[in-house]
Amino acid sequence: MSIAPEHAPKMAQASFAHRIGPWMPVLLVPMLVVLGFLAIPSTSSWLTLTVSGLAMGMMIFIMASGLTLVFGLMDVINFGHGAFVSVGAFVGVSVLLMLGHMTDAPSLGLNLVALLVAVIGAMIATGAMGWAFEKVIVMPVYGHHLKQILVTMGGLIVVEQLIIVLWGPEEIYINRPEALKGAITFAGAALEKYRLVAVVVGLVVFAAMRWVLRRTKIGLIVRAGVQNGEMVEALGYRLRMIFVGVFIAGSALAGLGGVMWGLYQEVITAHMGNQAMILIFIVVIIGGLGSVEGCFIGALLVGLLQNYVAFLEPKAALISNIGLMVAILMWRPMGMIPVVKAK
Amino acid sequence: MMATVLSGDLPRSRVLALILLAILICLALAPFLFPGVRTVDTAARICIFIVLVASYDLLLGYGGIVSFAHTMFFGIGAYGVALASTHMGRGFDAIFVGATAGAVLAAALALLIGLFSLRVRAIFFAMITLAVASAVAVLVSQMSGLTGGEDGLTFKIPRELGPAFKFGDRFMGVKLNGKLLAYYFVFFGALILFLLMLRVVNSPFGRVLQAIRENDFRAEAIGYRVVYYRVAATCLSAAAAALAGSLYAVWLRYVGPDTSLSMEIMIDILLMVVIGGMGTMYGAVIGATLFVIAQNYLQNLMGAASGMFEGLPVLPDLLSADRWLLWLGVLFILSVYFFPTGVVGRLRHGK
Repeated sequence: MSIAPEHAPKMAQASFAHRIGPWMPVLLVPMLVVLGFLAIPSTSSWLTLTVSGLAMGMMIFIMASGLTLVFGLMDVINFGHGAFVSVGAFVGVSVLLMLGHMTDAPSLGLNLVALLVAVIGAMIATGAMGWAFEKVIVMPVYGHHLKQILVTMGGLIVVEQLIIVLWGPEEIYINRPEALKGAITFAGAALEKYRLVAVVVGLVVFAAMRWVLRRTKIGLIVRAGVQNGEMVEALGYRLRMIFVGVFIAGSALAGLGGVMWGLYQEVITAHMGNQAMILIFIVVIIGGLGSVEGCFIGALLVGLLQNYVAFLEPKAALISNIGLMVAILMWRPMGMIPVVKAK
Repeated sequence: MMATVLSGDLPRSRVLALILLAILICLALAPFLFPGVRTVDTAARICIFIVLVASYDLLLGYGGIVSFAHTMFFGIGAYGVALASTHMGRGFDAIFVGATAGAVLAAALALLIGLFSLRVRAIFFAMITLAVASAVAVLVSQMSGLTGGEDGLTFKIPRELGPAFKFGDRFMGVKLNGKLLAYYFVFFGALILFLLMLRVVNSPFGRVLQAIRENDFRAEAIGYRVVYYRVAATCLSAAAAALAGSLYAVWLRYVGPDTSLSMEIMIDILLMVVIGGMGTMYGAVIGATLFVIAQNYLQNLMGAASGMFEGLPVLPDLLSADRWLLWLGVLFILSVYFFPTGVVGRLRHGK
C-alpha cells in the first residue's frame, strides 16, 4: 500500500503585482500627474493645468455620480441625465442674474450667499424634475434596457426643446461672482480662484457621499441593493422608495454640477447637458458602472488628461478621452472598479 | 417568384401590402407622376432614408442593439464618394471607389467598436457609439483641409447624371436629362440594397440575431457565439449605412456635417424606426416615407398654427416650426410606450 503524499499546505507569498492590483486605479491619478509633469516643459503651466484638470474632473464627477448609482441600484441606464445638467445650469444662472446686485458686490460673503441660493434653487428644481422624470418616463420601462435608452433619449430631446421655449434659443453669457474672478499666483503659476473652489466643492461632495454610503444605514441599504436587490427586498426594505430617493439625489447633484459647469465655461446653452453627457459616459464606463469610487477616479483621469493634451496638442483633446477609454477597457473590460453583482 | 424576391418575408396583411405597393409605384414613377424639383428631391430622400433606416433596423430591431453612431457610418459613405470624386476627378469609377472604401472603412470601424464594447455588455455599445460619433463629428469639422470643415465639400458627379446631359426630347412631359438618370440611379441602388437586407434578415443568420434579441443567454447556451453575431450585425449595418450615404452624396452632389453627420439625423432615424415598427424591414419603408413627407410639409402647418395663436403667451413658441423636435420627442416617447411594434405591427396583428 502506497503512502499518501504528505499534505503540506503552503501559504504562497502574494506577488507584488497581485498585492498592488486593487490599488492600481487609485495610483493611476498620481501616475498621470507625474507623466504630465514630465511631458510639459514649464512647471508653472503644469501646475495651472493640473489644477484646472482636477477642477474639471470634480465637476464631471458631481454630474456623473448620480448616473452610476442609479444604474448600480436598479439597472436603469438614463440617457436623459444630461437634461438635469442643462436645467440646473439654466435655473442657477437665472437666479444669479436676478441676484445681480449681490454677485456684483465685491464682498465675498454676499457673493457666496448668492451662489448658495442659486445652487439650492437649481438643486431643488432638478431634484423635483428627477422625481417627475422617474415617475413619468423611467418607471414604465424597468428591466428593459432597449426601451430605457430610447425613452430617456426622447426625454432629453423634449427637455432640451422646452428649455429653448422657456429661455430662448440664444446662449446666455454669465459673469462669475466678483470675488471668484481672477486668479491667485502660487509658485509662479496662475491658479484661477473659481477652479480652486470647484476642487474644494468636489472633494466635499465626494467625502459626503462616501460618508453617507459607508457610515449610515441608508448607505448600507443602498450598497446592499447594488449587490443584491432581491435579498434587500426580502429583508423588508422597499427598494423602490430608496431607488426614487437615489434618483432624486442624483438629479440634484447633476443640477449642482450644471451650475458649476455653466460658471466654469461662462456660457450656457440648451445642448450643454448633451455635450457633458459624452464625458460623463466615458467616466462612468471606465470607472465601472455602479461604482462611485471608480467614477471619481475616472473623472479625475479624464479631466487631467483632457487638460494636458489640450495644452500639448489642442486638436487631440477629445480623441484622447476615447483613447483612455479604449486603453482602460483593454486592461479591465468591466471598468477600473467593477461592481460585483451577487446574481 | 414574388416570394423569392422578398426572401419569403411577405407583408402578411392586405392593407400593408397595398400601402407598400403604392409606395413602390410612387417612388418608381416619381419623376413622371409628380414632376417638380422639390417632389423628386423628396422622393430621392425617401429612397435613401429607407435604406438607412432599414440598416439601422437590422441592428436595433433584429439585433436589439442601440447605436448612436449610425450617422457616422452614413457620413463615412458620403464623404468617401465626395473625397474620391474630388481627388480622382468626376466619373463612375470615382463613385465606385469612394463607395467601396467608405463601406469597408465603416465596417472596420464598426468591428473595432463592436469588439470593444459588445464583448462586455450590450449597453456599453450605446454609450461608446455616442462618444465616438461626437468625436468623429468634431474631427471632421476640425480637419477642414481634407473635409472642408463646416462648409462641407461640393463636387462633380459624372456628366451623365447631371441636368446638362440630354438623351432625348420630352417623354410624358418630362425632360429626359441626366437628373432623371440620377434619380433612377438612386432608386435602383436603394431597391437593391433594401432587397439584400431583406435577404439577410430572413437568412439563418437573421434568425439567430432574433433569437439573441429575445434571450441572449439562451442563444449562447444553445451554442451560438452571441458576440460574433452581434459584431457581424454591426458591421453589416454599418456598411449598408455607408452605401446609403454614398447614394445621398451622389444625389446632393455635396456633403457637409449638417447633411450627413449631425445628431439631428440620428434622432430622425430613431423616430423613423420606431414609428414604422422595429424588427421588420417593411417598418423602415413606412417610417421613412411618413417621416420625410411629414418633415417637408408638416413644418409649414406648424408655422401656420403658431401664427394663429399670435399674442398668447408661450403657445406660439411651443408651436413654432423651429420646435418641431419637441413634438417629435413627445411622439417618440409615446410610440415607444404604446406603439412598440409601430405601424407595421399594428397592421399585421391589429385585425
